[in-house]
Amino acid sequence: MAPDAPDTPSSLPHRHLLDLSAYSAGDIRLILDTAREFRSVLDRPIKKVPTLQGTTVANMFFEPSTRTKLSFGLAAGRLSAETISFSKSGSSVKKGETLRDTAENILAMKCDMVVIRHSSPGAPHYLSRVTDAVLVNAGDGAHAHPTQALLDVLTMSEHIDTFKGLHVSIIGDITHSRVARSNIQALTTLGAEVTVCGPRTMIPPGIEHLGVHVTHRLEDALDRSDIVMALRIQLERQDEGLFPSLREYHDRFGIMGDHMDEHPDLLVMHPGPVNRGVELAHDVVDHERAIILSQVTNGVAVRMAVLYLLAPGRSAGLDA
Amino acid sequence: MSDDLLIRHGTILNPETRETREADLLIRDGLIDKVAPEIDVDAGIREVDASGKMISPGWMDMHVHFREPGYEHKETIATGARAAVAGGFTSVACMPNTNPPIHTRDVVEFILERAEETPVHVHPIATVSKEREGVELAEMADLQEGGAVAFSDDGAPVQHAGLMRRALEYSSMLEAPVINHMEELTLNPHGHMHEGDVSARLGVGGIPALSEDVMIARDVEIAAVTGGHVHVAHISTARGVALVREAKARGVKVTAEVCPHHFTLTDEAVETTGFSTHTKMHPPLRSAADVEAVIEGLVDGTIDAICTDHAPHAPHEKDVEFNAAPFGILGLETAWGLSVRELVEPGHLSVEEVVRKLTVAPRRILNLPVPAIEEGAVAELTVFDATSRWTFEASHIRSKSRNTPFIGEEMVGRAHGVYSKGQWIDPTE
Repeated sequence: MAPDAPDTPSSLPHRHLLDLSAYSAGDIRLILDTAREFRSVLDRPIKKVPTLQGTTVANMFFEPSTRTKLSFGLAAGRLSAETISFSKSGSSVKKGETLRDTAENILAMKCDMVVIRHSSPGAPHYLSRVTDAVLVNAGDGAHAHPTQALLDVLTMSEHIDTFKGLHVSIIGDITHSRVARSNIQALTTLGAEVTVCGPRTMIPPGIEHLGVHVTHRLEDALDRSDIVMALRIQLERQDEGLFPSLREYHDRFGIMGDHMDEHPDLLVMHPGPVNRGVELAHDVVDHERAIILSQVTNGVAVRMAVLYLLAPGRSAGLDA
Repeated sequence: MSDDLLIRHGTILNPETRETREADLLIRDGLIDKVAPEIDVDAGIREVDASGKMISPGWMDMHVHFREPGYEHKETIATGARAAVAGGFTSVACMPNTNPPIHTRDVVEFILERAEETPVHVHPIATVSKEREGVELAEMADLQEGGAVAFSDDGAPVQHAGLMRRALEYSSMLEAPVINHMEELTLNPHGHMHEGDVSARLGVGGIPALSEDVMIARDVEIAAVTGGHVHVAHISTARGVALVREAKARGVKVTAEVCPHHFTLTDEAVETTGFSTHTKMHPPLRSAADVEAVIEGLVDGTIDAICTDHAPHAPHEKDVEFNAAPFGILGLETAWGLSVRELVEPGHLSVEEVVRKLTVAPRRILNLPVPAIEEGAVAELTVFDATSRWTFEASHIRSKSRNTPFIGEEMVGRAHGVYSKGQWIDPTE
């Protein structure tokens, strides 16, 4: 992919990755460029570099997660960082220990970086104020999931020439989606156009002020899109009355094989895990233009890049 | 034993008539003994120089949470009273979301007894319903006889329209208002901040203005039919203000109050502070258009009173992630400094009008007498200025808790002392 602008910085002017609001196009390009170099490491027989030897990364997951947790664990391992992992579901407060105390206890074991997933929006921002560690947000409520957005734009960049003029549609429950919010931020920063599409009950009022188009007709979204990203539908939203049934959702907002035929250049993405037959028809998941598994591979590379670029006292080069 | 005191050269403000006059004011045995241009007294009586300062009837905050009984780790009546005095308040009405709630006469009497040890007049607001559960009416007449001045289920707003009708019918017989925290809860299943552009951006569950507006619309209709007096607690929405304005024009017995944070801050503060839990309160900080509308409501009289919704929470309760934090912030100590900064300085209201909303208005709503500044009256007054600029610091806090977003903020105007229940207290000493 040709760079959209020539000025890519050589280091990130940020201490944390809390969300992408303070990250410029140059910052994002630096992360993508770095991730591409790591991506080539992942294709080697020995998939490990000594770059973060002596650095300790704490993976703190206060919400269930499979791929993000594995991905961060693998990324840290391939940079030769030491990792400790912590998983706890539900609110720590209800179980007697506050988030701050949990974090401080783990940091007292001398960790340099914290990767945190939490159900409360702003949890990483809060920890960044009360601890000294470098924080990487691995998903905070419906607020942000910056490494997901970065791996998504890295994956897109493998298939396009430029983000300028690119049109990406995000389909599904936008209200509850940190993936949508971070992708909107990353894509609009890079110059792409974004449409969000879903049932009216799942599109938050005011979302248009983020500079996105809004439609409730899937066909409108697909007609204008180069890439479509379907979001996972959480089954419990049906109980909250946000949509009547999975059947009706799939019928109105599911991406079908016919859509792929009607839009011969359309690429399909999904942050996973996919509900087959809901967001994507079975044959769409396995379609040659579904690039869902590249997203997963790129996830490791992007997380390596983020850990590398934010590691305290970084000085060694990639092959050091 | 009460403090005798001579306050010299103050400007005495009568918020009923909006008249001011410069005079000395002598207090003996807790009563105003003399008001005159120059008063000569024997040596030995304490003198306070109030040159350049104003004196008004003691301020009243009709919406505070003093947390006693049940949550004494957040605030007690004693520490709440200290915060009140520091902010210039001599009277408060305290909300019944205690444990047990103020739903039986013995709890009312307990609060009054505790308040006797403080320099502040504490007026309990009792619950509308037993256990604050919104099912059966509490013993409202007995509660009133015990000393309750109004009825409210506070943060558990009366959801059942039929119960609200009965409450307003019954309370109209007692000539006491029902205060409702206006919220239709089914419209706010998961909210932590105002629903709008900022919540859309931050992914924080929204509390829609609609949940407040729908409840105000309902209660105004019930008040119109029953003739009961409904008081809108801490109004925060533009449409809510319009609904109250329309209802007042139709002659409905409805009154309203607003908190300084709702005319000072917007929902943007949640973002700019990086999800500070000190920007989390209920109703939430609203949009800029809502702020403009509540200021208009204050200016045209739609909103009668300024209150604070002083809601102390212990430091450990607020030192958590945003969604886990309880709603509410302190208010007593910053009310005047913010009101002058946000209402007087930009020219929306005069000092006299703001003082009226802190003295006459709340007492009219609660059917309490307004302290007079005239010879023979019981002395209850506040000495203050409306021009000094100062920075609010954590060290100024007299509450037991620390949950305020205003530390480090510039305040305009300050309370310099109160005379209440026979005591002179200068909070700056």
